[in-house]
Amino acid sequence: MRLEAKNVFFRYGKKEPWVLENVSLQLEQGECLALLAPSGCGKTTLAMLLSGYLQPMQGEILLDGMPLRKKGLCPVQMIFQHPENAVNPYWRMKKVLEECGEIQENLLNVLGIERAWLDRYPRELSGGELQRFCVARALMSGAEFLVCDEISTMLDVISQAQIWNAVLDEAKKRNLGILAITHNRHLARRIASRVYELPGRDF
Amino acid sequence: MEQKRDTLLELHDLSVSFRMYDSALKQTELQMISDLHLTVYPGEVVAVAGASGSGKSLMASAVLGLLPPNATVRGHMHYCGRELTPEMQKELRGGEIALVPQSVSYLDPLMRVGKQVDGHKKDSSPGKRRGLFQRFGLPERTEKLYPFQLSGGMARRVLVSTALMSDARLIIADEPTPGMSLEQAMEGLQMFRELANEGKAVLLITHDIDLAFEFADRVAVFYVGTTVEIAPASDFRAGPDALRHPYSKALWKALPQNGFVPIKGTQPYAGDIPKGCLFAPRCPWADEQCRACVPFVRDLRGGEVRCFHAT
Repeated sequence: MRLEAKNVFFRYGKKEPWVLENVSLQLEQGECLALLAPSGCGKTTLAMLLSGYLQPMQGEILLDGMPLRKKGLCPVQMIFQHPENAVNPYWRMKKVLEECGEIQENLLNVLGIERAWLDRYPRELSGGELQRFCVARALMSGAEFLVCDEISTMLDVISQAQIWNAVLDEAKKRNLGILAITHNRHLARRIASRVYELPGRDF
Repeated sequence: MEQKRDTLLELHDLSVSFRMYDSALKQTELQMISDLHLTVYPGEVVAVAGASGSGKSLMASAVLGLLPPNATVRGHMHYCGRELTPEMQKELRGGEIALVPQSVSYLDPLMRVGKQVDGHKKDSSPGKRRGLFQRFGLPERTEKLYPFQLSGGMARRVLVSTALMSDARLIIADEPTPGMSLEQAMEGLQMFRELANEGKAVLLITHDIDLAFEFADRVAVFYVGTTVEIAPASDFRAGPDALRHPYSKALWKALPQNGFVPIKGTQPYAGDIPKGCLFAPRCPWADEQCRACVPFVRDLRGGEVRCFHAT
């Protein structure tokens, strides 16, 4: 299976400048591709296009040669930089996870999620702890591809290493494709089999 | 430690706790910072490292007097040798003490960026701001934008510019670099370094510890609301053998360029703190003594450490 952006153009309004112009990228199942680019040049936009949150103005996003399905769980799941903005603040963590089906105990173990955290509200957990839930939720959805938008930028280096090691192990087991967006070249080199640099652009 | 120099900021036995409602009528105290020590001298950059939830941002709020009413602060805070009172905090913040806030939501969503960076001072000229934007690689049209039109990294650079506009003697930068590219982050840290070289001081709270080691003079490592080690940054550049506390060593080893090997577990929740040394449940050296009582801070090899077994 292959996730593909084909000559994608995107802008946030008809009078706004292009955020992405003629961007193409291919991600195979089972590989981890790191995307490095300066800030403000459309990394998050590309991530949202690839995972179906946005539609390209021109060009296509293809999964296995077909457009992403619009109903049900998207087989391309995005994990966001700020986990506190990606969970419902009024739900206990158990409910947050159950949004993606039955809780898989082995995933909790792999990601180091303690059972006591399931009864807490998001504000009672640290960023690193919350991000583990967001990763677990994405994996529980049965996604084929993960788009990780700076998922460890706000975390300490120990949480970063714990979460990435868990994601990579799980990806190997399930033969997932991963797009890792990061500014950290050391991290990119450590986790990815291929590094793609988005060309910087002038305003 | 150079005790003779005048300190700019001194935190001594600082504790911060929150009163919370457990159920409808039952109140509990949640201790978030306990017995924290930290000293900042003029002319230095002190980096603060540690897991999220270890009290780094809370310390910044305590210094600036920005805690909510249900928080209780105990211990001593001194600024330029004087006890930091709420009145003094009000006078100093935004002037002598500037904050680079952690969240980009601190920007006013309804005000154009240029105006926010200029601040409320009437005498500020756009020249200084434009110079800062240029150094950060922010295009000139940024000043006309509203915060929602900025990317994460751009917003971060705007926040740092805001603090650099003031003539603060102490800058507390809470995670100034995430979302920035390596070059931009280096530029930002270089500007902090230059300010310190001019005799100002910077307290740099960050997860990008590998960058911080390059620019800081000293590094303080926090764990569950307390300082476990304060060491010269050169020790962090040298590697785990030069470090004192097992948690600092673990941080070093978890960096992607140094093995990417994490220790197991997570730091305990503030409401569920172990007796004895806070790091004991995850520590390879822990013994009966560690599980029974909290180690004091002691001087060791030109640094400070809170551990019975460190050598």
